[in-house]
Amino acid sequence: MTNSTISESVKLQGRSESSSTMNTSIYRRRRLVNAFNMGASTLTMAFGLFWLLWILFTLLQHGLSGLSLQAFTQSTPPPGSQGGLANAIYGSLMMTLFGTVIGTPIGILAGIYLAEFGQRGWLAPTTRFINDILLSAPSIVIGLFVYEVYVVSVGHFSGWAGAFALALLVIPVVVRTTENMLRLVPNTLREAAAALGTPQWKITLYVTLRSAKAGVLTGILLAVARISGETAPLLFTALNNQFFNNNMNQPMANLPIVIFQFAMSPYEDWHTLAWTGALLITLSVLTLNILARWMGSQKTQSH
Amino acid sequence: MADNNVKLQVKNLNFFYGNFHALKNINLEIAPRMVTAFIGPSGCGKSTLLRTFNRMYELYPGLRSEGEILLDGHNILGRDVDINLLRAKVGMVFQKPTPFPMSIYDNITFGVKLYEKLAKTEMDDRVEWALRKAALWDEVKDKLKQSGNSLSGGQQQRLCIARAVASRPEVLLLDEPTSALDPISTAHIEELIHELKEDYTIAIVTHNMQQAARVSDFTAYMYLGELVEFGETDNIFTAPKQKATEDYITGKFG
Repeated sequence: MTNSTISESVKLQGRSESSSTMNTSIYRRRRLVNAFNMGASTLTMAFGLFWLLWILFTLLQHGLSGLSLQAFTQSTPPPGSQGGLANAIYGSLMMTLFGTVIGTPIGILAGIYLAEFGQRGWLAPTTRFINDILLSAPSIVIGLFVYEVYVVSVGHFSGWAGAFALALLVIPVVVRTTENMLRLVPNTLREAAAALGTPQWKITLYVTLRSAKAGVLTGILLAVARISGETAPLLFTALNNQFFNNNMNQPMANLPIVIFQFAMSPYEDWHTLAWTGALLITLSVLTLNILARWMGSQKTQSH
Repeated sequence: MADNNVKLQVKNLNFFYGNFHALKNINLEIAPRMVTAFIGPSGCGKSTLLRTFNRMYELYPGLRSEGEILLDGHNILGRDVDINLLRAKVGMVFQKPTPFPMSIYDNITFGVKLYEKLAKTEMDDRVEWALRKAALWDEVKDKLKQSGNSLSGGQQQRLCIARAVASRPEVLLLDEPTSALDPISTAHIEELIHELKEDYTIAIVTHNMQQAARVSDFTAYMYLGELVEFGETDNIFTAPKQKATEDYITGKFG
């Protein structure tokens, strides 16, 4: 490829010298800079992709063998005996579900406020600033906060505490994406709705939010993807549970902490389960991200 | 007390974007069931003036108006005016087509449902009536459930006109309604303006002087926030009183 590029530019050079209408050195320089930049960005992309693929490969290598029906039907075993991850999968699903269900409405409403109602005054900029801090707060801080506020006061670890901690992680992500997506809706659409005598809340609900629907849903999916792999906030809240537990008011098993505990253990069969759990989480996060991407691209086609 | 020959009366209107004085002491009267055109170079304040008639500027902070605008004798700039009710009376169509993200049918009923409770058949009739008014019925009657965004640009703009007409406002404000359209769609919409004139008072902002000459009964020429000349369209275009108006109309401007 490099050879052909050079020969091309040589040919071009020859031609332009005869006609002398084009400054060849400037053109060649531009091509060189372009080739360098393209090469550099391709290399950095390959570098990033390399690690990702390596991680995926390792997970598949170690985790695939444990991926059987048993992993979904049996609970975590004591060392040396047979078992699966059913309790952890169920716990993770429940806490992610409730975390999303609690966090999403709050996040969407706050995002709406920031984008649609907060043009005047000091409340919106302040909220936005605090939300940005919350967005980048280490999740272990959130876990400790819920521990201090909720777990200590009720006196025991529980699934609910885990769900609350995850909800606190969902809120800032959803606030941010909802606000950004609503801001992308052109003002002319709001004006058109207002010009019919539409009250503000109806404009927001039926016109603006509807236009931004795909983007807002994408934001929710990304939030779910984020919390489904969080370990730190659950460490102080849901803790863990060896047994299958259907009660959100009790300590609950979950994949991230089971992975943490099993991977640190000296037992070989626990290691295999930890790999399987890691594979499951990664695959579901990957699926969620692909789904979010797909929905984001649908947005431009459907409207 | 309302003068029968005046629908909208603008009295000593001043408008400010923050510190910028955008409209300077505007006085004019808009006749009922007539088309009044506003022309002038970009930034002269013609759109700003139009947007005071339904107080659209209130969506944004830092904008304010002083003076009076009387709609049938009542000051619409007063504090006690319900803005939503005002906007239901004074409809508006914008430069770019703005179909809502919903079906063609729902686009039309959206504004109607805000202030009227109609039975299904009445609503269907209203939708057909509005779409016929906007000369769009024949093109969309078989696909009312399709998204409004699936229409072409010219059709979308006629959909927006149908939407504005459907809630039966008294005044219709058109802010450069054809500037994003091809000549055929433009011709459609100009015909439409002629027909709508029978029921509505129309104010139109346009950059196209031929269009102003074609569709309007009265023309206002504005420059740098001031109303330079206002009168019957025939007079403005054939015998303008002001040199500035003549220069603009004949293309000598600037």
